[in-house]
Amino acid sequence: MQFIKSRFNYLFNSTKGLILVAIAMIAMVTAVWGMLSGPMAEMGVREIVIKTLGMDIVQSEREGRIIILYHSIAMAVVAIETYMITGLLKMKEFYKAAVRVLITVGYLMAMIFGMGFAYFGHNWAFHGLYITGLSLIFFAGVLLCVALNPWDKEYYQPDPAYARTKTGLDLERAAFFTTAVTTVISAIFGAVPGSFFGNGFEVFLAENIIRLPHKTTMEYSVIGHLHIMLALIAIMITLIIGRWLDFKGAWHKAAMPLMILGCIVLNLGVWGVVTPLEPIAHMIIYVGATPSMLAALFLLIWSWGKLIKEGTAHLAKPTFLQKLGALARDPLKFGPTWQMLFMNFTTSGIGIFMAIKLDDIFRLWPAREERIELTGHWHALSAIIATIILFYYGDMIGLKGKIRQLYGWAIIFLSDLALGAVTVFEMKRLFISEAEQQPLVNMLMYMIDIGLGFLLVLLAIVMVWRLIDLFKPKGRWTEEATHELAQEAAK
Amino acid sequence: MKRMISTPSLRGSSRAGVLPARVETRSNPFIALSLRAKRSNPLARMRDCFVVALLLLAMTLLASCAPVDLNAPLPAYDTGIDPNAWAQIPAGEFYFGQHEDIESTDAYEIMVTDVTAQQYADFLNAALADGYVKLDGENILGYYPGDPFHGKKHELEIKAGDWLFVPLNEAAQRIQFDGSRFTVQAGYENHPMTMVTWFGAWGYCQYYNWRLPTELEWQKAARGTDERPFPWGDEIQRSNANFYASRDPFENMSSFGSRTTPVGFYNGNTYDGFQTLNSASPYGLYDMAGNVWQWVGDVQPQEGFSDRWLKGGSKDTYDMDLRIWVRNSAPPMYFSPGVGFRCVR
Repeated sequence: MQFIKSRFNYLFNSTKGLILVAIAMIAMVTAVWGMLSGPMAEMGVREIVIKTLGMDIVQSEREGRIIILYHSIAMAVVAIETYMITGLLKMKEFYKAAVRVLITVGYLMAMIFGMGFAYFGHNWAFHGLYITGLSLIFFAGVLLCVALNPWDKEYYQPDPAYARTKTGLDLERAAFFTTAVTTVISAIFGAVPGSFFGNGFEVFLAENIIRLPHKTTMEYSVIGHLHIMLALIAIMITLIIGRWLDFKGAWHKAAMPLMILGCIVLNLGVWGVVTPLEPIAHMIIYVGATPSMLAALFLLIWSWGKLIKEGTAHLAKPTFLQKLGALARDPLKFGPTWQMLFMNFTTSGIGIFMAIKLDDIFRLWPAREERIELTGHWHALSAIIATIILFYYGDMIGLKGKIRQLYGWAIIFLSDLALGAVTVFEMKRLFISEAEQQPLVNMLMYMIDIGLGFLLVLLAIVMVWRLIDLFKPKGRWTEEATHELAQEAAK
Repeated sequence: MKRMISTPSLRGSSRAGVLPARVETRSNPFIALSLRAKRSNPLARMRDCFVVALLLLAMTLLASCAPVDLNAPLPAYDTGIDPNAWAQIPAGEFYFGQHEDIESTDAYEIMVTDVTAQQYADFLNAALADGYVKLDGENILGYYPGDPFHGKKHELEIKAGDWLFVPLNEAAQRIQFDGSRFTVQAGYENHPMTMVTWFGAWGYCQYYNWRLPTELEWQKAARGTDERPFPWGDEIQRSNANFYASRDPFENMSSFGSRTTPVGFYNGNTYDGFQTLNSASPYGLYDMAGNVWQWVGDVQPQEGFSDRWLKGGSKDTYDMDLRIWVRNSAPPMYFSPGVGFRCVR
């Protein structure tokens, strides 16, 4: 009994244990449901998985199933970010415990019962429990906002090296708070239309109605919701990485006000989509995205400078190559900001290019081509966020030496290989005709499959290693059960 | 790609010490990199590996852009389905769309198959002689009276005038013109007409006093009066339709990819061992899912929407796009080897 109790305590009562459970859940869902589409479907694996697991796949319900699948994975990612925030930032123990309990029960319910409802027959009790799970996550978000209150003098920033106001208000905490509050509000933009499903409002995938000039308010609400939620998850992980790396100094002081401003304006733009401001909403979104991305750039400049400085401290006059070596010395510390930079190629760059050339190029192609670009670029962004979490997780569990190098570089190389190929795939019509594309498509598919496949294998190895570790009486988990992220970040 | 992967044999000789490293270094930049890396720290080795991997990747990408033989031989099958046949669709209600809204149509007739390349070549010959279409360089143009224009965001202005029906200079075009007559590339006579714009589809139907089906008409003809997602029923198998990687005899995914199948191919016949399922719609129409997307006739179904709907999925799309309610759309001047049409009257 003690055996189970101590492990249960680690998995559900410590930051690292909670994160491990959430990553394992995502890995399982990704591994199984990744076999239902793309090349796995082509090879016939899809049919085997459906039959083996007894899935009930109704053709007309595909869009609904996918929405529940996205939510299941997204809720676990939100939970991971919440564990990180509650582990990194000071807050009252009551709030920390309450937020973690609510979000853990919430995402597990949403994932288990949501997927049960969507893929294994329509047990409406499961649907109810899925909604209950989402509601619990919402309440956890509200509590997190309360816990993060930056105006509580207890949390004022005494150290002048960090961004703060004259009175001492911690601007980084304010940025976390702003992101949390806007996330909770933005969730409502999905919840309200969701509550109307089957009651005059039908399920749809945003990418399928992108070209229709007339969309209902509910449709705009869903489109705004899905865009802003992913953007907020990205903003939050940027803040988390900053805290993990102990972002401070002049760049921090410049970045945090920009992060707050960008987050607020970005949200106002997206919420404006469901108001008469819709015609200018995109302009507001661009205005909001710019300071947010600038803040991320400042984090990158600061962290790369720090890595180079630390790595060349022993050299009087380091050469460019030595500086480069110092920058790449620790892939887990270099990886997150590198991925943020890489994101400009796979996501932001594509988005801006599409926006500029929409009527000249993209709207002259069939809607299905545009759909490939839309779904491709946000899948790429989601994957980049996932890899950033994996970098931090690798550091969190104390990977060292060659394993650390291998783990870090494998994530960078494999994910960038796959996402680079996705980007070329999205844009292929710019340089190859439909009739002549097959060899290129095949090659890109190999690159995508190799990249993502081996990345999943790597993740599986880590998960199996952690599972084996759990059976050891003095395994790594015993140390992790008591460590807190804030202590490590301060080191 | 295979040539690049063959470098391990060189590495093998290096390990065996067959050649002095200095000679190898001069002759092979990859080995030079790896030897230098061995002398430096692990990070430099990793960096060099990364550079080599990037080079390999770039070279593989370049290799993958090798030209495709678009005129590769193709099997010839007579499906036994008459492309000149029409099906009667009675007036009445049916389930429209994914969410099964109840809609209705008047009675009409619709072609049992897509318009074939041979039918279109015959049309061009007649229409050129009549002055209905004209040759403009490498393009066939025809008159279209224009769309209503509302000046909405992203809306294209389609004015009255001559518009592209068919481009003749495209590599995937199966219609040829020898200066006096239009003919079809051998083997493609009973395949659906592709590389035709919406104007070209509209012009074909108009020429014979027919018209393109509306989306409602198209969907009713494909679905009948029940709620099925595919013309033949609830589920899809590879032997039901021509879709991406459906392994039909016309497909080779390692070179030219998916190609069209003759109209009515999926009728239950066996072709050189390839067994098809009879995949006709409830009204006896073939290829209402897969093979080629089909232009439908709705103009400005929403104010400011200048695209035209494409229905049915194609040889190039996954099975999910073959569901009856799925919409694709493109501007009317778009053409593709995966887009065709049929008419109603």
